[in-house]
Amino acid sequence: MLKKRLSLLALLAAFVLVVAACGDDDAADQTTTAATAAPATTAAPATTAAPATTAAPDEPIEDMGPAALACMVSDQAGIDDKSFNEVAWRGMLQAEADLGVTVEFLESQDATDYRVNIDAFVEQGCDLIVTVGFLLADDTGAAAADNPDTNFAIIDFPVFPDAPWLDADGNMVSNVRGLTYQTDEAGFLAGYLAAGVSQTGVIGTFGGINIPPVTVFMEGYRNGAAYYDSIKGTETTVLGWDGADGLFTDNFTSLDDGRSFGQNLLDEGADVILPVAGPVGLGTGQAILDFNAAGGSAMLIGVDADMFFSAPEFGSILLTSILKNMDASVFNTINNIVNLGSLGNQYLGTIANGGIGLAPFHDFEAVVGGELAAELAALQVGISDGSISVGFPGADEG
Amino acid sequence: MSDQQRPDTSPPDGKGTSQFFQDLTGLGIDWRSAVLVPVLAIITALLVGVVVIVFTDLEALRLWGSDPGAALSKTWSSVSGGYKALFVGSFGSLRAISETMVGAAPLILAGLSVAIGFRAGLFNIGTEGQMLIGGMSAILVGVAFQLPLFLHLPLALIGAAIGGAVWGAVPGILRAKTGAHEVITTIMLNLIALNLVVYLLKSSLFQAEGRTDPISETVAVSARFPRLFGYLHDSQVRVTAGIIFAVLVAWFIYWLLFKTTLGFEFRAVGMNPDGAHYAGMNVVFLYGAVMAVAGALGGLAGADQILSILYRGSPGFSAGIGFDAIALALLGRSHPAGVVAAGVLFGALRSGGQVMQVETDLSIDLILVIQALIVVFIAAPALIKAIYRVRTGRAADLPTTGWGT
Repeated sequence: MLKKRLSLLALLAAFVLVVAACGDDDAADQTTTAATAAPATTAAPATTAAPATTAAPDEPIEDMGPAALACMVSDQAGIDDKSFNEVAWRGMLQAEADLGVTVEFLESQDATDYRVNIDAFVEQGCDLIVTVGFLLADDTGAAAADNPDTNFAIIDFPVFPDAPWLDADGNMVSNVRGLTYQTDEAGFLAGYLAAGVSQTGVIGTFGGINIPPVTVFMEGYRNGAAYYDSIKGTETTVLGWDGADGLFTDNFTSLDDGRSFGQNLLDEGADVILPVAGPVGLGTGQAILDFNAAGGSAMLIGVDADMFFSAPEFGSILLTSILKNMDASVFNTINNIVNLGSLGNQYLGTIANGGIGLAPFHDFEAVVGGELAAELAALQVGISDGSISVGFPGADEG
Repeated sequence: MSDQQRPDTSPPDGKGTSQFFQDLTGLGIDWRSAVLVPVLAIITALLVGVVVIVFTDLEALRLWGSDPGAALSKTWSSVSGGYKALFVGSFGSLRAISETMVGAAPLILAGLSVAIGFRAGLFNIGTEGQMLIGGMSAILVGVAFQLPLFLHLPLALIGAAIGGAVWGAVPGILRAKTGAHEVITTIMLNLIALNLVVYLLKSSLFQAEGRTDPISETVAVSARFPRLFGYLHDSQVRVTAGIIFAVLVAWFIYWLLFKTTLGFEFRAVGMNPDGAHYAGMNVVFLYGAVMAVAGALGGLAGADQILSILYRGSPGFSAGIGFDAIALALLGRSHPAGVVAAGVLFGALRSGGQVMQVETDLSIDLILVIQALIVVFIAAPALIKAIYRVRTGRAADLPTTGWGT
């Protein structure tokens, strides 16, 4: 009897819950909608090659202040991947703290989620939707064409001059800002450094998927090592990338792949490994830890974030990290939206403007040594002022 | 098979008056099993979900010590907000319903693929691979030709069905001829399909021009399922004719299973292969045929994924639907009508869960846990009956085949 009554009670509770859940319409929703209504001043449509930069200057700039909503659609790896997505998300968090905007994210479980997630944010009235990664480009472009009043920014896809995205009138969409990075410049430094510290004369790399924003790291790395050889007369073998094709896990999620790819490179004698595959590199780090525990001495180069801080468990094997400061460009884009009312120029991060760089050596300061460090500093200056070419064929496409 | 159809002689499983309802629900007899138990299951799952939400919200848990009032309101807002989003996100608007249907269409087709296997006593774990092969076939047809819609779309679907059928028939024939268990062979074929797709997508046959990563060309517009609400010009309402197609296919499978001799033989093999053999049925042929049909259905699910949603192939475009389909077929009691209902439920969870992620601070992983809870409770009717003391007529009558046959 008691049991029956309890069941009834539970039923009742469930009902109340469901009814109440459906009932309360919150005021927060309305502020959000209000923010959407505020004109997201889209940049002037660029029919010429000139990037869409200037908002019409005499248009009153709406201060969206705290009501602005910035949204991010992450890739499969999610915003806690200690790498690619996480760095981009940091820019959002910084904007939340410094600019008072509201930030939200959606994690994509697979490729079918990209458009769904973007659409969900369009529906929610986001003032800016940041999509993280080259793989989201098609969906971002299509969504931008369908929703000309929403601002988009995409990481790792150069929107100008060659994105094939047309709006309903056949014009190039003007509501997307491409955030791209000349990562081969930093990859060049990393390759030079790797060739300099390698004991075996063999260094390795592998990528997630064979797409330009991944291979640009690998190409810089390869050229950097070749440059070191040409100066020092050494002979360094670079495994995993030959300038056109190489080792790819074909995903950005499997730590297990990272481990086995890393192990293969170690077996081939590589003692510096650069995994360009987001969280997959964590698996490689584990392989190197095991390798070193068994008496080896190999090193890891991180990508995107300074892995010394984002994945401290690998601090003891981390030579350096190639920094891709996506947080800065994401923050900059949100700042443009909030304070200028427009997306701003297409963005290209370089060594010169601090968009990319090489992280400190941390525990490997002594291994690298003052001489090599000084050479790298000089190299960095040379790349900045253009006197040294990093030799990536796609460099002028960015 | 249509010449074998005998509409006037009802198939031998007819038991009379409740036949229609039994066929309709696939759940045995009375409304308690068909309606009450699933509803109770959902309510129970939502309640357990509350517990999950409460105990994973560490911030609110800490507040309980110092400020119970604030903790209560915080917990309440995340629970009510979450469930509201789940409901509104799946059925609360045209867009939500549309998203539910977008998700449901491939799930229904894949669920049918698993269900027809269960009916014949075979565990088709290979739907994922069949989807991939079918989807690739659809891409091939969709990219290669320029035809009017009424020719191109059916041609792409037929291509997908054939591709999936060939992929599916292999384990069926292996099982019949050599006794190699289909669970193992289909799982292995999944792996082969997965890697084959990556290889093919990088080959000149499929790879999009100017790309170095594994991604295919986009299929022609004439090969795509047309959008049902295209006249609204609202890019948010994405539901296509794919959902109608899926329901029609479900109806066809129902007809095939319960109204044709071939379907009777499928089920007879499922009940007792030795008996079926003794009765003069060609078990080798039937195993091959069942798996071919299952493979064709999987292929169509993959085609829907391509022709309704993605329009181009990338690695793993099947998105795990082939595995969800196993739970879905069990949930639907391996009956086409049940599969349709379960497909809509899964589609709703997908769509609602996505909105839940937008509207609340709940992590996507937690949302997946709550969704899984709903499935667990629905799939375990005995548990629900025990909790709520629901009495049903003949519990042993559940025609769930596959398990234990």
